[in-house]
Amino acid sequence: MSYLKPKFAHPRLPKNDLGYTKKEYEGVISTLCAGCGHDSISASIVDACFELDIAPHRVAKMSGIGCSSKTPAYFLRNSHGFNSVHGRMPSVTTGANLANRSLIYIGVSGDGDTASIGMGQFIHAVRRNVNMTYIVMNNGCYGLTKGQDSATADKGSISKSGDANSFEGIDLCALAIELGATYVAQSFSGDKEQLVPLIKAAITHNGFSLINVISPCVTFNNNPGSTKSYDYVRAHNEALSKIDFVPVKEEIVTTYDHTSVNVLEMHDGSLIKLQKISPEWDPNDKLSIVTALHNARANHQILTGLLYIDNDSVELNDLINTTETPLNTLNYDVLCPGSEVLREFVGRYA
Amino acid sequence: MNSTNVKDPEYFHKVVDCQYACPAHTPVPEYIRLIAQGEYTKAYMINWESNVFPGVLGRTCDRPCEPACRRGRVEEEPVAICRLKRVAADNKDDITPFLPEIPSIKNGKKVALIGAGPAALTVARDLAPLGYHIDIYDDQSKGGGMMRSQIPSFRLPDEVLDFEVDIILDMGLMTHFNHYVTSLKSLLNKDYDAIFVGTGAPKGKDLHLPGRDEASANIHVGIEWLANVAFDHIHKIGKKVLVLGGGNTAMDCCRTSLRLGGEDVKVLVRSPFKSMKASPWEIEDAMHEDIVIHENHVPLRFEVENGKLKGMYFQRVEAKYDANGKRQLVPTGEPDVFFPADDVIIAIGQENKFEWIEKDLGIEFDQWDMPLIDEKTFASTSPKVFFGGDAALGPKNVITAVAQGHQAAISIDLYCQGQDIHDRPDPHTNLYSTKMGIHEWSYDNGIVIDERYLVPQADKSITLNNIKKEVELGFDIATAFKEAQRCLNCDIQTVFTAPKCIECDACMDVCPTSCINFLVPAEDESELREQLRVPAINDTQELMVSEVLKTGRVMVKDEDVCLHCGLCAERCPTAAWDMQHFIYNTAKAGQMVFS
Ligand SMILES: Cc1cc2nc3c(=O)[nH]c(=O)nc-3n(C[C@H](O)[C@H](O)[C@H](O)COP(=O)(O)OP(=O)(O)OC[C@H]3O[C@@H](n4cnc5c(N)ncnc54)[C@H](O)[C@@H]3O)c2cc1C
Ligand SMILES: Cc1ncc(C[n+]2csc(CCOP(=O)(O)OP(=O)(O)O)c2C)c(N)n1
Ligand code: SF4
Ligand code: SF4
Ligand code: SF4
Ligand SMILES: [Mg+2]
Repeated sequence: MSYLKPKFAHPRLPKNDLGYTKKEYEGVISTLCAGCGHDSISASIVDACFELDIAPHRVAKMSGIGCSSKTPAYFLRNSHGFNSVHGRMPSVTTGANLANRSLIYIGVSGDGDTASIGMGQFIHAVRRNVNMTYIVMNNGCYGLTKGQDSATADKGSISKSGDANSFEGIDLCALAIELGATYVAQSFSGDKEQLVPLIKAAITHNGFSLINVISPCVTFNNNPGSTKSYDYVRAHNEALSKIDFVPVKEEIVTTYDHTSVNVLEMHDGSLIKLQKISPEWDPNDKLSIVTALHNARANHQILTGLLYIDNDSVELNDLINTTETPLNTLNYDVLCPGSEVLREFVGRYA
Repeated sequence: MNSTNVKDPEYFHKVVDCQYACPAHTPVPEYIRLIAQGEYTKAYMINWESNVFPGVLGRTCDRPCEPACRRGRVEEEPVAICRLKRVAADNKDDITPFLPEIPSIKNGKKVALIGAGPAALTVARDLAPLGYHIDIYDDQSKGGGMMRSQIPSFRLPDEVLDFEVDIILDMGLMTHFNHYVTSLKSLLNKDYDAIFVGTGAPKGKDLHLPGRDEASANIHVGIEWLANVAFDHIHKIGKKVLVLGGGNTAMDCCRTSLRLGGEDVKVLVRSPFKSMKASPWEIEDAMHEDIVIHENHVPLRFEVENGKLKGMYFQRVEAKYDANGKRQLVPTGEPDVFFPADDVIIAIGQENKFEWIEKDLGIEFDQWDMPLIDEKTFASTSPKVFFGGDAALGPKNVITAVAQGHQAAISIDLYCQGQDIHDRPDPHTNLYSTKMGIHEWSYDNGIVIDERYLVPQADKSITLNNIKKEVELGFDIATAFKEAQRCLNCDIQTVFTAPKCIECDACMDVCPTSCINFLVPAEDESELREQLRVPAINDTQELMVSEVLKTGRVMVKDEDVCLHCGLCAERCPTAAWDMQHFIYNTAKAGQMVFS
């Protein structure tokens, strides 16, 4: 078994605007099971950061516990990272984000890490609109602890041991929309063409972005009867649109036919181009997507693509007016401005 | 676009870049692995089967394999394939138990070989074990051809050459040394079933400039002069020596001069330095011995005083290229240059010499007086007469002579057995998994970046004073191991089984050199080449295109910079990728299998 990835690269590997190749965005060789969907998501994160010309040292990778939460070791080797206890990633990220809003926060979590033990943390990060990208690598089971059904396992889905799940599965996207999430997407680890632009838009979005990625566990939940297997997801995947992310740096020359293409302008001027497939749905209309999700569930479909976006999102730091300067670089005299200032401050309430 | 037919052995053959480039298709990675394992005798025998002269070639080969080596495409320098071959030759044990048996009862067919260079000796090596009676004629006193007469002993020690030539001579050949064949007709009139012409290109080109004849005592034709040195007829040269020419012969002449008393030895080349014909390493070795090379000097005339050579005049030129890139050497207008000289050696090329072949034997010659030869069978226009080596298609090198010798031997055998010589035997091929365990392979797939190791040389103070002293010392065992580990095992093939693939992308994601792609099928190959993650602009390397997968896409692998690291197969959950050992041995005469 190979523990080290050869340092070789393709001699003609493309470089981005920073002069980096994708190699500079990779991590160590994965120790996940061969064929795990999580590895494809790691590769998509690499692609997205490379294509967005993000300097790796500007990223903080946040995670909890699980196979999914191990993945930060396998991407963005040159970035910051925090591996929290099980389910606490949203809270740790909230704190980190308040202390230093200059970094780009990418949180990765599992369905167990998010929908079971971390549910309490997750919903508060959503409602506070923490400026982060929150990727759930959703395999419908606890992979790391050998495949027990998780809270996102669909009712009736058959486990590897042959038992049907008797509980209702939590729909993380519907839940997030309900809680006021400002960017919600769903995708499939086996569809990089869709996933990479979704991650790029999520990173660019000003506020909380959830991407729930169905990511088959090849070892414990890829059996016939599972609703999170490669075959099942491919057969039931209903894309809402074809998505294209156009960063600000690329000058836009084409005009779009707005009856079939939705062009959504993001806060920094980047564009999300959606070639709509489903006519009833509008990515800015909560009601339309909640209905669509409801119908999809009834029809055993998995809706993928950008589900909902609030273009006027105001992220947590702006809501509570935190300082732009990272706390660790604030000087003593700023943090403790002296008795004169204190007296003046107290005087205001006299 | 159709899926690739990997069942055709030529597909995987081409992936093994070095072996494919070797005229004799020596299984290079196979012997390099054996060297890493310390199995020098086995490594030697694999070479011996393919290229007959591993000890000679491990020191002198033109190494067409090295520019082809994949390492050179993913790192700076190719694997030192040639010098690893020498390691096998230097460290082998007794090989006699592994040599083919020579039948005491012959097959009743008689073959004459004219010339005892590498081409003819290869024919002998291939035919003797099949029971042929072989007569070999050469005008020199010993076998080896130009390997003996031209390649200086400081590059190729006599004992190394003797060893490999003697193996063949000891196969019961009837040798006729010191025997110049003056008439092919006379041989045809004997009872030979077939005749092989391996007489090389023995004539050195002369330079008929003013003064040439008056000063002939001190003007030498390189090839003749080197042969005279090799056979101990010449032991000295003057202090000031000019060598004319920019090929490998010139490099051997200048370095030999240094060892025979030359103190101020210059090489003068008509063309610019960068377009010199000599191999870069030969030029390097000459310059390491402080030889000065003057480029853009066209010889004008010899300066002779009282019948004695004084030196030579040269015109200064520069290279100009026209719109078609064709080069012209244009005088710069500077005054002519004079170089004083005690001796001048003319090393400007060699030619064939076929005066001894009568023109009425049915052997047709072209306008340049070269025989018309079938480049596959090496047959001439006379059914009984075959050619090979420098005599067949003009001067090349030892490994080409060997490769052509193998093909000629196949033809001679087919002809003598009354079969069609165009019906060539297939190569011996095999393909089998190297899987040993779940993520374990029977080869070392942990590859690292590592620069090419230099072969150490003996000190100049020793080598320049003794013409027999070999300059290169060869790799020691420890360095040989490190150099061998640079080999990427290109014969361990990535074999893809489309129906097993679940399209999880794991292989594509892990591949360190971005070889693997999953794409919607394209109309034609050039379109596909552009659509890859890294466009496949190296057209000399194949694409492996799978059958259509479940999602309607195809897997496309660009073979160009695959490291054969096996990571795709390690990360594949369904073993759709497997690392399989590919064996390709070109067929030899009589389907003889040596190892
Ligand atoms: C100076 C020099 C250096 C070289 N260095 C290298 C090198 O480093 N590496 C490399 O790969 N190649 C080298 N070569 C080229 C290489 O030596 C030849 O390509 C190779 O030896 C050709 O083999 P052959 O069997 O065709 O003929 P040769 O080796 O030329 O053998 C032909 C033999 O036939 C004999 N002969 C010719 N006519 C007759 C006749 N009528 N009757 C009887 N005998 C006859 C000749 O005397 C000779 O012995 C070098 C060549 C020269 C000139
Ligand atoms: C506090 C705590 N409780 C329980 C565990 C055991 N545990 C480890 S991983 C895991 C589930 C992980 O599931 P998920 O987040 O879906 O990740 P996956 O492995 O499926 O990617 C559990 C319950 C733990 N490590 N810590
Ligand atoms: S157990 Fe499942 S989730 Fe964990 S690495 Fe293996 S395949 Fe992936
Ligand atoms: S062996 Fe497989 S993983 Fe390694 S370089 Fe070749 S295609 Fe890529
Ligand atoms: S790793 Fe195996 S199953 Fe996965 S895409 Fe590659 S070949 Fe197919
Ligand atoms: Mg899980």
